[in-house]
Amino acid sequence: MDTHETAEATTTPTEEVDWETKLRYFLNSDFVRSSPFWGIPFLIMGAAVYGGMGFNVAISLTDARGLTPPDYSLGNLDLEMYTQVLGSNAFLQATQNNLVLLVTFTTVCLVLGLFLAVLIDQGIRYDDKVQTIYLLPMSLSFVVTAQMWLWMFNNNNGLLNIIVTAFGFEPVNWIGDPSIALGSIIFALIWQFSGYTMVVYLAGLRSLPDDQFEAARVDGASTVKTYLRIIIPQLKESSVSAAVVLMVFALKAFTFLYALTGRYRPPNGTDILATLMVREAFKFGKWAYAATIATYLMVLALGVIAPYLYYQYRQGSL
Amino acid sequence: MSQSTSDSGIDVASFVEEFNLARIGQYVLVILFIGFFLAPLETGIMTALKTNEAVARTIPLAPPTGEGFTWGNLQFALEQLSGAFFNSLFMAIPATIGSVLFGSMAAYGLTMVRWRGQMLFLILFLIGIFLPYQAVLVPLARFWNNIFPLASMLAPTFETLPVVQDFHSNLVPLMITHIAYGIPICTILFRSYYQSLPSSLVEAAKIDGASISKIYRRIVLPISKPMFGVVFIYQFTQIYNEFLFAFTLITGSDTPEAVVTLILPAVGASTSGIDFGIRMSAAFLAAIPTLIIYVAFAEQFAKGLRTGGG
Repeated sequence: MDTHETAEATTTPTEEVDWETKLRYFLNSDFVRSSPFWGIPFLIMGAAVYGGMGFNVAISLTDARGLTPPDYSLGNLDLEMYTQVLGSNAFLQATQNNLVLLVTFTTVCLVLGLFLAVLIDQGIRYDDKVQTIYLLPMSLSFVVTAQMWLWMFNNNNGLLNIIVTAFGFEPVNWIGDPSIALGSIIFALIWQFSGYTMVVYLAGLRSLPDDQFEAARVDGASTVKTYLRIIIPQLKESSVSAAVVLMVFALKAFTFLYALTGRYRPPNGTDILATLMVREAFKFGKWAYAATIATYLMVLALGVIAPYLYYQYRQGSL
Repeated sequence: MSQSTSDSGIDVASFVEEFNLARIGQYVLVILFIGFFLAPLETGIMTALKTNEAVARTIPLAPPTGEGFTWGNLQFALEQLSGAFFNSLFMAIPATIGSVLFGSMAAYGLTMVRWRGQMLFLILFLIGIFLPYQAVLVPLARFWNNIFPLASMLAPTFETLPVVQDFHSNLVPLMITHIAYGIPICTILFRSYYQSLPSSLVEAAKIDGASISKIYRRIVLPISKPMFGVVFIYQFTQIYNEFLFAFTLITGSDTPEAVVTLILPAVGASTSGIDFGIRMSAAFLAAIPTLIIYVAFAEQFAKGLRTGGG
């Protein structure tokens, strides 16, 4: 397993070792021998991920739109699109909606997921069956769940309005009213994702040693207090990793919004960066403009991922 | 932590003991949340089985009765989707196999064999998991349409093949795209498994003089069978459910090569609005492959999700 000997031999040259021997050592090292295994997948993935990212930034520096191919000549490359995007109201509105979505969706998913995990961990009967039901929405495509929620939100016969009117209120225009549409969509996304946070927290809870709970009980602490003071602080790792996944999802959420209307424009008041980017690119053919929005999106996502990976690396848990 | 009570035999003594207010409260909450998670699915399925008149007249949760019951919606939706089902599976199965195999190889090279600097590569794979795909959509469209139009290059070959037709070649770029962007998550899933294996396994084989590729074929592949199950289930669900790449690389929902997720938002729509009976039928049919996999392998799916993230 450990191959430091061979690795060292290649890097610390002694006088007797000529370059041929060094080369032979190098070619026999585990780095080279294992390179087909990690190297081929890395090249494919690297071309797609990093090649794609670089290509996208290159396009964002041009003025490409419509059918004319991007012109990469040096005189043509500038940051014009970036100032243009930053100055547009649609971009600012989408950014604002996106931040609201990100914060609300992530917070509620974490809280609800933690609550469900603690509930299931109370020694409920058939806990694995219950867990399977709570996680079920997560196995469905956003395209499918969007159709189900379109029907739930329906003005005349949707379940939500039937419940609302049964309590004597006026029916609500869930996704037609721009002031509440974003809230409705966040609600639906929470429905889909809280099972995921529950699973993450449940794994965290079940990895904690049993005796902590008993020790707290012996000390006379109530169940609620035990959870708040002792158990939940230990779930920091689960919280961080779930929060990163949820935040990145909130940045790239496109499918659910598109599938609600089946058109490039999502319900009024719910336009986010991802939907704006796709619309500008594939509806209006503003390739450079859309690539610029995509670059902003990429930077935002990296702003979430980089501290997380650094934190994981420092913890030694990568 | 869990006070597991998964024994299925009826234990009267413990049942009586559990019968107190806190317990009742817990079970009420559990059942309420079951309702919360299942209600949208329940209304969907019930609506799928109702005539238009019954959809307008009855509440969505209620099952269809007598005159209000129909198979018509499901039949119509199935006709609309049948070609798309073939396209989805034709694309998703090879794409899943490809990304799972590459993921296993990469994880082996990055975990079970040790060399300097592998942490850097690992981080590059990890970033690939979280990348918002919007950041590569414009390049993807340009690459597969203008720079390397593989679909139109393959079309004549596909025409001569049995089962498939020329337009199916449009699914090949989508397949390759899914393989490439699926590699990072598959690598990390396999890596978490390989890390849990004892290092003596590989060490012993090495002392015996086995080469790195022999260790992979003879030792690592056979013992990672359970993990192949987990990753395959997870990745197939992801690719089958995926929308954005299909939307970018396939021109429209009315093309013959469209996959299921691409067609679904258009099924049952007309100028007079959406026919929800048909739309819900189509949504339910589209979900069936992943639902079957989920119900049969819920534990594997949860495991994939826990390790890999949404």
